Amino acid sequence: MINILIVLVAIIFIAQIVRIFEISNIVSKAKNEITNESNHVNGVLLLLSGIGLVVFFFWQRAMWMDQTLPVAASEHGPIIDSLWDTTMGLIIIVFLILTPMLFGVSFLYRGKKENTASYITHNNKLEFFWTAIPAVVLLALISYGLNVWGKIVNQDVSNAMVIEVYGKQFNWTARYAGEDNQLGAANVRFVGGKNELGVISKTTKEQQVASIESKINNLESDLSNTLNPAEKKIISKKIEKLVNKKKTLMTYFITTSENKLKVAEDDIITKELHLPVGKQVLLKFRSQDVLHSAYLPHFRVQMNCVPGTTTQFAFTPTMTTKEMQEELNDSSFEYVMLCNKICGAAHYNMQMKVVVETEAEYNQWLESQKVNQIANL
Amino acid sequence: MSEHGHHKENFFSKYVFSLDHKMISKQFLITGMVMGVIAMLMSALFRIQLANPGESSGILSFFLGRWAEGGVMSPDIYLSLVTIHGTIMVFFVLTGGLSGTFANLLLPLQIGARDMASGFLNMLSYWFFFASSVVMIISLFVQSGPASAGWTIYPPLSAVPEAISGSGLGMTLWLVSMTLFIVSSLLGGLNYIVTVLNLRTKGMSMTRLPLTVWALLITAILGVLSFPVLLSAALLLVFDRSFGTSFFLSDILVQGEVLSHAGGNPILFQHLFWFLGHPEVYIVLLPALGITSEIIATNSRKPIFGYRAMIGSILAIAFLSFIVWGHHMFITGMNPFLGSVFVFTTLLIAIPSAIKTFNYIATLWKGNLQFTPAMLFSIGLVSTFITGGLTGLILGDSALDINVHDTYFVVAHFHIVMGLSAIFGMLAGVYHWFPRMYGRMMNLKLGYVHFWGTFICAYGTFFPMHFLGMAGLPRRYYSNTAFPMFDNLLDINEVVSFFAIVGALFQIIFFFNFFYSIFRGPKSPQNPWKSNTLEWTAPVERMHGNWPGEIPEVHRWAYDYSKPGMDDDFVPQTVPLKEGEKEEH
Repeated sequence: MINILIVLVAIIFIAQIVRIFEISNIVSKAKNEITNESNHVNGVLLLLSGIGLVVFFFWQRAMWMDQTLPVAASEHGPIIDSLWDTTMGLIIIVFLILTPMLFGVSFLYRGKKENTASYITHNNKLEFFWTAIPAVVLLALISYGLNVWGKIVNQDVSNAMVIEVYGKQFNWTARYAGEDNQLGAANVRFVGGKNELGVISKTTKEQQVASIESKINNLESDLSNTLNPAEKKIISKKIEKLVNKKKTLMTYFITTSENKLKVAEDDIITKELHLPVGKQVLLKFRSQDVLHSAYLPHFRVQMNCVPGTTTQFAFTPTMTTKEMQEELNDSSFEYVMLCNKICGAAHYNMQMKVVVETEAEYNQWLESQKVNQIANL
Repeated sequence: MSEHGHHKENFFSKYVFSLDHKMISKQFLITGMVMGVIAMLMSALFRIQLANPGESSGILSFFLGRWAEGGVMSPDIYLSLVTIHGTIMVFFVLTGGLSGTFANLLLPLQIGARDMASGFLNMLSYWFFFASSVVMIISLFVQSGPASAGWTIYPPLSAVPEAISGSGLGMTLWLVSMTLFIVSSLLGGLNYIVTVLNLRTKGMSMTRLPLTVWALLITAILGVLSFPVLLSAALLLVFDRSFGTSFFLSDILVQGEVLSHAGGNPILFQHLFWFLGHPEVYIVLLPALGITSEIIATNSRKPIFGYRAMIGSILAIAFLSFIVWGHHMFITGMNPFLGSVFVFTTLLIAIPSAIKTFNYIATLWKGNLQFTPAMLFSIGLVSTFITGGLTGLILGDSALDINVHDTYFVVAHFHIVMGLSAIFGMLAGVYHWFPRMYGRMMNLKLGYVHFWGTFICAYGTFFPMHFLGMAGLPRRYYSNTAFPMFDNLLDINEVVSFFAIVGALFQIIFFFNFFYSIFRGPKSPQNPWKSNTLEWTAPVERMHGNWPGEIPEVHRWAYDYSKPGMDDDFVPQTVPLKEGEKEEH
C-alpha cells in the first residue's frame, strides 16, 4: 500500500515539475535557440572555468602535496623520483599551456550572428612542427625512462641478501634464507602445522608424515569401532584422501635435490620484515592462493605475487626507520608493506610491518627469530 | 519508397524487433542509459562508504539490504559494487551504449545508405546486448553476491569461489553476460564495417567521409579483432572454473584445501585480457573523438583542421593500441626487456593524441563558436582528453609505474581520459543528434545547467584522486582506516565523494530533459545546427529507408563551413561544386 502511495506521489511530483517547467518557458518567452547573449554567457563561463581549473590545480597542490609520499628510502628511489619530477614538470607545463589555450580560444571566438569564421583547412608546416616537437620530446623521455628502468631491473644481485615474501589471504609472511643465503624449495602441498610456507625439508617431511599417519591411525580405529555402513564409507574416503596426500608429499620430497633439502633447514620464518640499512636485498615473492601485490611505497618497490611462480625485486634500503621518523618528525612512523592487488574481502587490511635498522640491531633481531627456524619447527 | 518500406508495421515490428537502424540506435541508447544509471548509483554508494568509512547510513541499508547490516556496507559488497560499476560503465555504457547508439544512427545516414548492410544481424546485435544486460542485472541478485574480483576478473580470485563469495554463481553469470555481449559486439561490428565499405552513396569517397564515420569504422575493426581474444580468455576461465582444467591456475591452497590445479599461469589470462583490454580503451574513446570532431567543426562554423591528419592519427592510434597491452602488466614479473618494448610503443601513442588535440584547438581558433550543449560537452572532452592523457606519460613509463601502479593515480587517469572523455562525447552526441532521433529539440537552458554542473563535478571528483595516488593509496580498498599513513587522506575522500554525489544528481536534469523532449519538445527544423552532413537532408519525419525517392549524391567533403564565395556559412555535401570551385583538403 505504502509503495503504491510513494509511486503515486512520485508521478504527481514529476507531473508538477513538468507543468512548472512548461509555464516558466511560456512566461520567460525564451526562445530555444542560440543567441549572441547565450554565446557570450557560455564563452565567459568557459574562460572562467579555464582559470578555475588552473586555480583548482594550484589549490590542490598547496593543500595536499605534503600528504603525498615522503623522500624515497632506497637506493634506486631517488632516480625514480627525479624521473617522476621531470615527467611531472613536463606534464604540468603542457597542462598549463593547453588548458588556458583551449578555454581562452573558446572565449575569444565566441559566436556572434554578424561574424564569420575563417576558412582554414590545414597548414602543413604547422602540422609538421606540432608532430615533430612531441616526437622529439617523447623520444627523449622514453630513453630517459628506459635508462632508469634498466638501472632498477638489471641490478647485479649475486651478493644480495635473499628474503622470501609470501602472500596469502590476508597477511604476509617472510622467510630469511639463513647463513647459506639460499632458500629451500617449497610448495603449497607441504603447508601444514607450523610449516606455514610449505617449505620442503627433512624436518617438515617427517613432521607432516607423522601427523598424517597419526590421523590415519585415529581414523582406522574409528573405522573398526563403527558399525554404521554409511559412516564407514565416509571414514574410508577420508583415509584414502590422507593416503593420497602422503603419496603427493613423498613425490615432492623425493624430487627435491639433496642440496635443496639441506639449505632449507636454516630458513627462518618471521611475521615482520627487518632489513639492515645499506645492504642490498633480493625479495622473492610467492603467493599461496590468489594474486597479491607486495607494495612498499616508501622504497618505491612493488611486485606481484603470483601463485605457481616466483617473482623478484632487488633494492637497497638507505634510511632506517628511526631516520625516517626524524625526517618526518613523527615518532610513530613505521614502514609498511601493503597488498595492492585485489585479493578478497580483507584486501584493504593486508599488511606487514617493515623495519629498517642497523646491521647490529638486525643481527640481534634475526637471532631472536631462530626459534622459527625450519630445523626447530 | 525504399525496398524496406512496404511491409506493414505493427507495434512489435516497429518498436521491439525493429530492423530499422534508427530504432535500434534508440534501443541501444535507452538500454545504455538504464545501465548507466545503475552503475552511477553504485558509485554513489561506494563513495558514501569511502567518505564515511564504517559509519551507518540509511541510504546504504535501503539499497543494499542484507549486504549492509545496520547500514554499514560489508567489504564483500564494496568489491562487488566496484566490479560491477566498472564492468557496466566500460562495456554496457561506453561500448554498447556509445558505439551501438551512434554507429547505428550515423553510419547509414552519414554515408547515404538506406539501412545497415544486414538489418537482421543488426537487430540480433541489439537483442544479444539486451540479453547480456539482463543477465548482468540478474547477477546482482544471487545469494552469494555479484562478481567481485574487479572488472578485470583476474584469476585465481575470479576462478576460486572459496577465495571470495562473488566468484560463485555471480561470476558465472558475469561470464555468461560477457559472452553474450561479445557476440553482440561482433555482430554489430562486422555489420558496421561492411556497411561503410560497401554502401556509401555515389560520390562518397573515403576521403569525403565525416570523421564520425571514420572513427566508428576503425572502432568496429578494433572490436572485431580484439573481442574474440577476450572470448577465448573467458572460455578458458570457464573451463578452469567448471571443468577442472589448469590454464590459469597452479599450486593453490585456499581455506585449508589444496586445489588439484597444477601448471597453469594467471599471467597468461592477463595477456589475453589486456589484448582486448587496451584496444577496448580506444573502442570507448574513438567514437567520442569522432563525434567531437563533427560537433566542433559544425559549431565553430569552420572546417575541421587537418582532416587528413585526423584520419591518420585515428589509424595510428588504432594500430598502436594493439601493441601496448603490456603496460598494464609492468609489475607482474614480466620480462623487463618486454616491459621496455611496451614503454616505447605506449609513449608513442602520445604523438597522434597530441596531433588530435592541437587540431581541435586549431579548429576553434578564428571560428564563430556556437555554444550548444553539444559544443560545450565537446570542448569539455578536449579538456579532459588533455588533462587525463598527460598522466598517461607517467603510467606508461615502467619505472614510474612501479610506484603508482594500481593506486588512485590510475583511477584518476583512466576516469578522466577514458571515462569522462567518452561520456562527454556520448552526451554531446545525444544533444547534437537528438533532433535526428526524435524529430524534436531538447531544451537548451537545461542543457547548459546540465553541462556546467557535470563539468565542474567531474573535475572535482577525479582531479583530487591524483593526490590520493601520490600518497600511495591503493585502489579497491574498502576503507583506508587500516593504515596510519592514510589517516590524513580522509578530507580528500570527502571532497571526492561530495562532488561525485552532486554530479550524479545533476544527471537527473539530463534525464528529465531527454524524456520530456521526446514527447513534448518543440518540433525540430530540417537542419537545426546548419550542418553539412547527409543525415540532415533526410526528412524530419523519420522513415524506414531514410530518404523518399533517390538517395542523395555527394559532391564535396563534409567540412565546407564558411567557405568564401558561398551564399551560406555552410555548404551541404549534396551541393555540387561551383564552376571553378576547388575541393581543398
